[in-house]
Amino acid sequence: MLGKTANGLFWMYRYLERAENTARLIETGQRIALTRLGDSDAEWRSVLLSAGVWPGYETYKGDVTKEGAIDWLLRSRHNGSSVRACISTARQNARLVRTALTGEVWESVNAAYMNAEKMLARQVSERDLPGCLRTLRQHTALVRGMTHGTMLREANYEFSRLGTFLERADNTGRILDVKYYVLLPSARAVGSALDNVQWESILRSVAARGGFRMGHSSDAGPREITHFLILDQRLPRSLAFCVHQLQDNLKKLNAGNGKPPESLKLVDLLLRKYLTHEVDAIFEYGLHEFIQEILALLGDLTTQIQIDYRFYE
Amino acid sequence: MTKTDFFDEMWGFEQDLREPYAQFHEWFEQEDTARLRAKQREAEELFRLTGITFNVYGRDDAEERLIPFDIIPRIISGNEWYKLSRGIEQRVRAINAFLHDIYHKQEIIKAGRLPSEMIANNDAFLPQMIGVEPPGGVYTHIVGVDLVHTGPGEFYVLEDNARTPSGVSYMLENRETMLQMFPELFSCNRVQSVQNYPTNLRRSLGATTPRLGPTHGEDPVVAVLTPGIFNSAYFEHAFLADQMGVELVEGHDLRVVNGRVAMRTIRGYTPIDVLYRRVDDEFLDPLNFRPDSQLGVPGIMDVYRAGGITIANAPGTGIADDKAIYSYMPDIVEFYTGERPLLNNVPTWRCSDPDDFAYVRENLADLVVKEVHGSGGYGMLVGPAATKKDIAAFRKKLEARPANYIAQPTLSLSTVPTFTRAGLSPRHVDLRPFVLMSPNGINVTPGGLTRVALQKGSLVVNSSQGGGTKDTWVLED
Repeated sequence: MLGKTANGLFWMYRYLERAENTARLIETGQRIALTRLGDSDAEWRSVLLSAGVWPGYETYKGDVTKEGAIDWLLRSRHNGSSVRACISTARQNARLVRTALTGEVWESVNAAYMNAEKMLARQVSERDLPGCLRTLRQHTALVRGMTHGTMLREANYEFSRLGTFLERADNTGRILDVKYYVLLPSARAVGSALDNVQWESILRSVAARGGFRMGHSSDAGPREITHFLILDQRLPRSLAFCVHQLQDNLKKLNAGNGKPPESLKLVDLLLRKYLTHEVDAIFEYGLHEFIQEILALLGDLTTQIQIDYRFYE
Repeated sequence: MTKTDFFDEMWGFEQDLREPYAQFHEWFEQEDTARLRAKQREAEELFRLTGITFNVYGRDDAEERLIPFDIIPRIISGNEWYKLSRGIEQRVRAINAFLHDIYHKQEIIKAGRLPSEMIANNDAFLPQMIGVEPPGGVYTHIVGVDLVHTGPGEFYVLEDNARTPSGVSYMLENRETMLQMFPELFSCNRVQSVQNYPTNLRRSLGATTPRLGPTHGEDPVVAVLTPGIFNSAYFEHAFLADQMGVELVEGHDLRVVNGRVAMRTIRGYTPIDVLYRRVDDEFLDPLNFRPDSQLGVPGIMDVYRAGGITIANAPGTGIADDKAIYSYMPDIVEFYTGERPLLNNVPTWRCSDPDDFAYVRENLADLVVKEVHGSGGYGMLVGPAATKKDIAAFRKKLEARPANYIAQPTLSLSTVPTFTRAGLSPRHVDLRPFVLMSPNGINVTPGGLTRVALQKGSLVVNSSQGGGTKDTWVLED
């Protein structure tokens, strides 16, 4: 397998995952705006921060408005992480690695692109927004499903998964990074109405609201949410889940190829040092520092994978 | 019945239904136009979804376009095909022998059958290939011969594409689309299959292992070299690599390692034995040709000359499909095969010759004038379709550099029924069959790419100028 192909697959799936995550962040932001609790503009700012696109927004647009934020996140060409740009980049990478994809995967990503271009050609009205976001998420899910259902379990597949889980871990990490203060233990046993909305928004943005309710009592609060998002291996968007997947993918890539590469060592370290503790230990360590360090390590991991597998010359 | 000026492949000259179209005609009579119109749209959707698009040169927006596809098949009888394919084989055999001769002893020049300046002053002649023995003796692994059909059993060769002929992915995808849309048509017509082309291509490429032998094991490592994602034919490059199950590489994936051309894999550099390159000669090796090329591999020509890699097609094959050489093709075929040419050559005036030039200059309105090194239908004049102003402008260009042009009479390209707003209407077509050559022999895929001029009366079939494509059927007789 060519290093270039590994690179293309890795980024194709990172961008698909990012498109889906951004779509979900927009849904969450819109939801909070509708509850009219708290400051809607501040909420959109935190959505832009979670999506990692705040600096660009600030430069290009300045003031935060709902319409401005949604358009920036959804379809702006100046924002390389807008849903539209992500899907377009994913498809560009898919063309580059066309020979490494099954026909079904290629057609599903091409269909996602064609439909996104059509839907996002003009500003999306508030009324059409929920349907539009749902369709976009379904498209990315379809690509993932086709990948799962048709691709050989070999290096191609492992790189597609590495891209997916790195992006997903990064996304969950960023949401926690922006909202960590909401989750800090407080003297109050029961949160205010605003706290509740904030907690719910965090759960929604990682598609975990239902799952959380199922597994926890009704008075579960920030401590349980923190545990759920960082350490619970049942949640497919938790940090522990994603990093375990990364470890698994790297192991499979390395099977039968001698001593472990640096990237595998790095992911082992990430798990051992950060993701095997109790949640109280994380609070004691400092939630914010903890998340920041994980995000930095995830960045290092991307760099190391690129080196280990010769993405570039 | 009225006699038509052009030969129609369904109705002949005199409105008599020709045999290969009998079943089709019966089927078509039962069909509803509205349903066919829906099918035509469905075909377009399929092409878009599959991504069978091409990038348009000279546009910044990197727009991807579809080549229009016409749902009415072009049908050729098995008998007619048999004769045609023998002619093609003969021609490809001759081209290959010609190339070997030109880069070695140049007997044809010594015999006085080809003027030496045709080679010496020709940009397509590659001095770096002099004395080089290509692996397996094959220069042209893949050839696409452009033909026009002018009457029953009468074909003319327009051009021998012996460098890197394109369009084979359309041949395959057109068939795939037709099979999906009109399965019933394939039940009542026995159409010869084209789907083995990728397998044959890989086998054929693998049969020309480099002189130093394959790098690992029996099975040679084949790869397709593309200029990259922005090339107009990128889809085809990816398609062929995918269908053959080989890697699609770009120049920056390759480098010379231990005297072999190797590709950068996730586990280090792996040598390649056979490179099916879709990059032009001049870009192939910045050390040996254009130093500014980013598309090639520095030093690949040295590896090639040392027998460490097979390049398909061999560098320097352009001398064989050069438009100035074209006019000598009947001599070339006879000289190397000892047989009379089975396929017709279009009479050609070489404007490098003063008498020919004088004739062409006075008769521009009746002639097709082409640049010797041009392709894609650019820089040519179709006299009968041109305005007085066009002709005057072209005459100036011609007078400035006569040797840069050849001229031919306008041919009566056959027509084939094509689906238009008004139902079936005749439109002019050409045909590009694809030929594979290996030390084991020559293989002509039954059918090829039919290009159709969708504008009423137009004779220009190039996709860059409003041409479309059709599925091409060769029937089992």
